[in-house]
Amino acid sequence: MSLIIALNKGRILSEVLPLLADAGIESLEDPQQSRRLIFPTSHPDVRLIVVRSSDVPTCVEHGAAAIGVTGKDTLLEHGEGGFYEPLDLGIARCRLMTAGLIDAPAPLRPRLRVATKFVNVARRFYSARGQQVDLIRLGGAMELAPLIGLADQIVDIVDTGRTLAANGLEPKETVAEISSRVVVNKAAMKRQAGLILPLLDALERAVALRQQQEAKP
Amino acid sequence: MNIDSLDQGGRWLLPDGVEEILPPRARRIEALRQRLLQRFDLWGYELVFPPLLEFLDSLLVGVGSDLDLQTLKVTDQVTGRLMGIRADITSQAARIDAHSLRHRGPTRLCYAGTVLRTRGQGLFGSRSPVKVGAELYGVPGPQGDAEVLALMADTLAVSGLGVVHIELGHVAIYRALATAAGLPSAAEATLFDAVQRKAVADIRALLEEHQVEPDIAAMVITLPSLLGDASVLPRAREVFAAAPAAVTAALDELEATATLAQLRFPELDLGFDLSELHGYNYHTGTVFSAYAPEHGQAVARGGRYDDIGRAFGRGRPATGFDLDLKVLADFAPLPAPEGRTLRLPRLEELQTEQAAALWRRVAELRAQGVRVVPAEAEGWPVHGSLEWDGTAWVLAQAHGTGRSAPE
Repeated sequence: MSLIIALNKGRILSEVLPLLADAGIESLEDPQQSRRLIFPTSHPDVRLIVVRSSDVPTCVEHGAAAIGVTGKDTLLEHGEGGFYEPLDLGIARCRLMTAGLIDAPAPLRPRLRVATKFVNVARRFYSARGQQVDLIRLGGAMELAPLIGLADQIVDIVDTGRTLAANGLEPKETVAEISSRVVVNKAAMKRQAGLILPLLDALERAVALRQQQEAKP
Repeated sequence: MNIDSLDQGGRWLLPDGVEEILPPRARRIEALRQRLLQRFDLWGYELVFPPLLEFLDSLLVGVGSDLDLQTLKVTDQVTGRLMGIRADITSQAARIDAHSLRHRGPTRLCYAGTVLRTRGQGLFGSRSPVKVGAELYGVPGPQGDAEVLALMADTLAVSGLGVVHIELGHVAIYRALATAAGLPSAAEATLFDAVQRKAVADIRALLEEHQVEPDIAAMVITLPSLLGDASVLPRAREVFAAAPAAVTAALDELEATATLAQLRFPELDLGFDLSELHGYNYHTGTVFSAYAPEHGQAVARGGRYDDIGRAFGRGRPATGFDLDLKVLADFAPLPAPEGRTLRLPRLEELQTEQAAALWRRVAELRAQGVRVVPAEAEGWPVHGSLEWDGTAWVLAQAHGTGRSAPE
């Protein structure tokens, strides 16, 4: 029985591929250079696909891909119950945070307006703090929203915080610590345990090794 | 197409997750339903038709908040009480056993019926599954679980799925470990969620944060990785050597259930997942789910839910399973039995006597189980037609074996 691993397009990909290679799964073609969508690997039963981050949980939940790698932010936004999440790869670390204009006065409106790509996460976060907010879904450039009066706060990924600072914004509260996670389809984990469990073990060892190496120098 | 027409159409639209079943799929589904119920009958399970709607307080006994949210509610115009449209039939069967039947010995019930859900579960989740299931009351422990497990395997085998993979778990393992960990209830909910996701990193962080005793913490962290073939059980016995007695008892039960079920159904392809917590709210012991190749979700699920009937005056050992008939039918390659089909002549051209003779002949044929369809009917595989030879109606074989019209 063969299986498909769904990977995130973009920055994570260049960090995940070496880990997979350490675990014995090497793409026979460089997915970042090719226009193909499905890639055979050095493992005869494993193929890779490269998709948008928000499509990774969809593919895995539905079983189109048995395994997926994507950021915790994507998983939180998608809703988590539909798959297993057995391994934290510890790469692409960042934070999901609320942010707003530096020294912004409290808005006169009773409800805070929050612009974000992560509307589900934002709703959960603010409601857990007992705060009802109006949410505005944006596809990108969240930092713009407070600048043009569209929103009082944003919820977004913060890596270095430089984009925020360059636009006169400051991070306020941490919503979640983010890193890349391995997710596994529930049925596949059971049916293909013989293939998936050793693979997860190998990946876990590769991650531990990498973290040791990074800790040394 | 122009975009305006998108808004004008739509009268025919059905709500998300609600579907109508058309020919020929309907015939396949019905044939499968009959086959499953016949199988239950052969095992001595008696058919019941629980009502489509009930007062909420009886419908939702012991089922947990998930099913409460899944239940569509209406107000009874007669009493003013809230009624629910069933989202599951298991609790209805439990009430029938505990209150309506009150047999002294074991009761075996089965059912097939549509349920409604406020939201579809998962991708393409249906809001109107057709639940087919069997429930066994009054037989405790592995003996009862093995019977239901074997029945589930047998049912799926005759449905044309072949031998499916069945996964066993036991909710008492997690329950005992979580109790031993002694977390405050909010943290326990987080732990439950993390264990369900097998999110080992999250579990580890949570247990460290609450300074759970290292022995117990190590067991909880290992729990999600205890899955695979029968070798899981000896591995679990090592890991849980110092665990609370309830864990060892659960492992004994699992082992006994697997052995007994394999005696009943030797081809059984069994696996174990000791952190499977599906239906944790109301399950009390062994749980099992069946997986078909190429399907991302379980096709059938079941498990033990002792004493749910206590609210109706009688707690009993209880175990059972159910499945969504529509999902199963789409995976089971079982075709509907086609039978023989004959085509009628054009009726406009018939004399009265010819017509009388025709309908006598047709009645005979239908009594023999032959399908007779009008001349213009589409969609049937036609094997022949009725022709007038001057004195009587005779059968003429169809030319070729083609269908009357493409499907």
